[in-house]
Amino acid sequence: MTNNPVYTSGSLRNKLAVRLIGGVLILTVLLFFVVRNYAAQIAQQSQDSILRASVTSMLDTANIQDGVVEMDIPYSSFSILNTPTDDRIFYAIYQDDRILSGYDDLAVPPLPANTTIAFQSTVFGDVPVRQVTATRILIGAELRTQITASVAQTQDNLSGTLKRISQHAAVLGAGFFSLAMLLSIWAAAATIGPLRRLASSVTRRGPEDLSPVVKPVPLEMAPLVLSLNSLMARLERSLNQSEDFIAEAAHRMRTPIATVRSHAEATLQRVDKEENRRALRSMIYAIDESSRAAGQLLDHAMIIFRSNQLECNDIDLVDLVQEIVLRITPLAEMRDVELRLESDQIAIVSGDSILLQNAIRNLIDNAMKYSPSESVIFLVVRANPKPYLEVRDQGPGFLTDEIELLTGRFTRGRNASGTIGSGLGLTIARDVAVAHGGQLKLSNNSSGGACVTFSF
Amino acid sequence: MRYFFLLMIFAWPSISGAMDWEEQTLFNAQNGSLTLRVISSTDTDFFAPIIESFIADNPEVSIEYSVTGSVDVYDGFRHTPEQFDVVISSAMDLQLKLVNDGYALQIDDLAHPRWAQWRQSLFGFTLEPAAIVVNNLAFSDTAIPQSRQEMIEILRANPNKFRGKIGTYDVRQSGLGYLFATQDARTSETYWRLMEVMGNLDTQLYCCSGEMIEDLATGTIAISYNVLGSYAMARSDIADKITIILPSDFPTTMMRTALVGKNTSHPDTAKSFLRHLTSSRWRDQGDGVFPTPSLHASSNGVQRSTIALEPGLMIYLDRLKHQTFIEEWESAIIQ
Repeated sequence: MTNNPVYTSGSLRNKLAVRLIGGVLILTVLLFFVVRNYAAQIAQQSQDSILRASVTSMLDTANIQDGVVEMDIPYSSFSILNTPTDDRIFYAIYQDDRILSGYDDLAVPPLPANTTIAFQSTVFGDVPVRQVTATRILIGAELRTQITASVAQTQDNLSGTLKRISQHAAVLGAGFFSLAMLLSIWAAAATIGPLRRLASSVTRRGPEDLSPVVKPVPLEMAPLVLSLNSLMARLERSLNQSEDFIAEAAHRMRTPIATVRSHAEATLQRVDKEENRRALRSMIYAIDESSRAAGQLLDHAMIIFRSNQLECNDIDLVDLVQEIVLRITPLAEMRDVELRLESDQIAIVSGDSILLQNAIRNLIDNAMKYSPSESVIFLVVRANPKPYLEVRDQGPGFLTDEIELLTGRFTRGRNASGTIGSGLGLTIARDVAVAHGGQLKLSNNSSGGACVTFSF
Repeated sequence: MRYFFLLMIFAWPSISGAMDWEEQTLFNAQNGSLTLRVISSTDTDFFAPIIESFIADNPEVSIEYSVTGSVDVYDGFRHTPEQFDVVISSAMDLQLKLVNDGYALQIDDLAHPRWAQWRQSLFGFTLEPAAIVVNNLAFSDTAIPQSRQEMIEILRANPNKFRGKIGTYDVRQSGLGYLFATQDARTSETYWRLMEVMGNLDTQLYCCSGEMIEDLATGTIAISYNVLGSYAMARSDIADKITIILPSDFPTTMMRTALVGKNTSHPDTAKSFLRHLTSSRWRDQGDGVFPTPSLHASSNGVQRSTIALEPGLMIYLDRLKHQTFIEEWESAIIQ
């Protein structure tokens, strides 16, 4: 019933997971750059604040003595700039536009109006530096002068810090990403969960369970469940109809055929003319054949119907076979055929007893049909290794070249033309065996005669 | 000694232009296929064993060793950096300034303690304390001072005995003297009181350690302040005439430092020369080796008082700061 291929177009879960992970990836990259940028700003601020302290402590010492600017730059104004990477320091001190001390090739940018301190990133020589420039106005007795000091520091330490921060941010990002990825996969699986639960609950249903799904499902699945329920309702209706149809057909066909047969028999009693009697006998023969064919057709239809929704119970195969043998024995005696059952104590199988009865009955009927008078049909039931029933007769056996075809619908052996039959007996037996997960095996006995093994 | 040929030529100023060398020596002149040019403030006598042990390992190298004062080392190298491969000086501040201003080559693969190097470019390879050195004869009836404070007290107590008999560096000429003086001044006000007392007693000023120790040995001066202890210790011939005191209040210790010029023509040889300097291998060569305390063998106590290789050193090289300091120093010591 699930053999039909299902055409799929990708996995919903994978699609969901990929989208979530993609989103997380974008977020992670964003996070990395935001953290890095922010940390860079903070690192730059801390370098700036040290530079500010340095230049301020320089300017603080400026004073005018006897009309001359003097500065006693404190040791700390440089030693606070000490960094683990031994960054280089450049500075220049100007009085108005005249250099007082320091590196005369260090360009000191003019400060914007109304500001006394400014920072800039620039290049000195060929190295990038962070430069702070601050100014102070000194007022002496007859002198008013502006002192401008500028301190520049290389950024080895800052770039080292940035590198470390980048590494940490990368590790953080990677951690965030892997965690979020796991969560995404989990979320995708969890989202798909109800769908899978629905699928498995439908799969696990008994054969005749066509009731609607009543368990609550997520809102998005409601249309699916709605159509599923309506499909099942229609299916149930249609199954009921065909069941009714089979019962109806059986009823409608069996009764008229039986009526025709009894009329034919009665007529046979009444006519004396030999050619008329012959015609009537062959008519009765044909009626028997159609009656049997109709019966088997109905059996077969019933088997198809029942095996689609198998009602399995634990049955003792030995009991079942004994019962059938008991019922058939009078028929067999009429044909001078002996039924000999040889079985284990008990052989429990799980199956539909009506179907099994029908199948076994067919097998024994077949054996009887092809058995010559005064012959024995051996029935063997064994529980191990797997339960099976073997029916052996002493008839002509199967033709080996058509043995594979005989279980086909309406197929009869070439050596069976003189025997009544519809070609459905073995088909029914095989279908029942397959419906029970077993198989039907045809072979010939070494001493002649057919052997049919019905195994579970 | 058989591995190299030592050639010593005095008065060789013509080769390096205008520079006036105290000494200039070409080691391994005959065998050397390349010449490493070293400019240094360390006397050739002291340094020769180190160079010889290097040449023993590298016989293809000849070394031109030029000696001048630490200020001249700085100026000379700064003006013609392409003429020297290695710069060695006792003036840590000037050396640090050379590195800061981009004259030095980084040597990344030279493992050295952090406190003894700067920017992987400037490497300290000795620890040499500034000492008070006294002539034993002059102190036969006076207690030998153990600290600056005691020195002040002794000088104040015996002004006539020590007048004109005290020696120290002329910080205007000696880069090392200036470094010691500024570090002392930075550490304690005692320094300025000592300078006042010494100035009152007509102190003799010297450009270099050698002369000062010579005058101590002969008794021309009785006590010298901030002389390089290692130079005094190296003079075994006068060991019984002098006593070397490391001031107990705060000993100032400098590192002799070396750097490789950025424009060196033999970077690999120059690097391996620095590796040789900073390893202590040359100390195991036996007698006559530069008798300075090894960087590695030094106790923690010495390390703590070592002048730190940090940008703060450059403060006293600032023109204004230098001017202020020299004025103050002059007013204290030249009265």
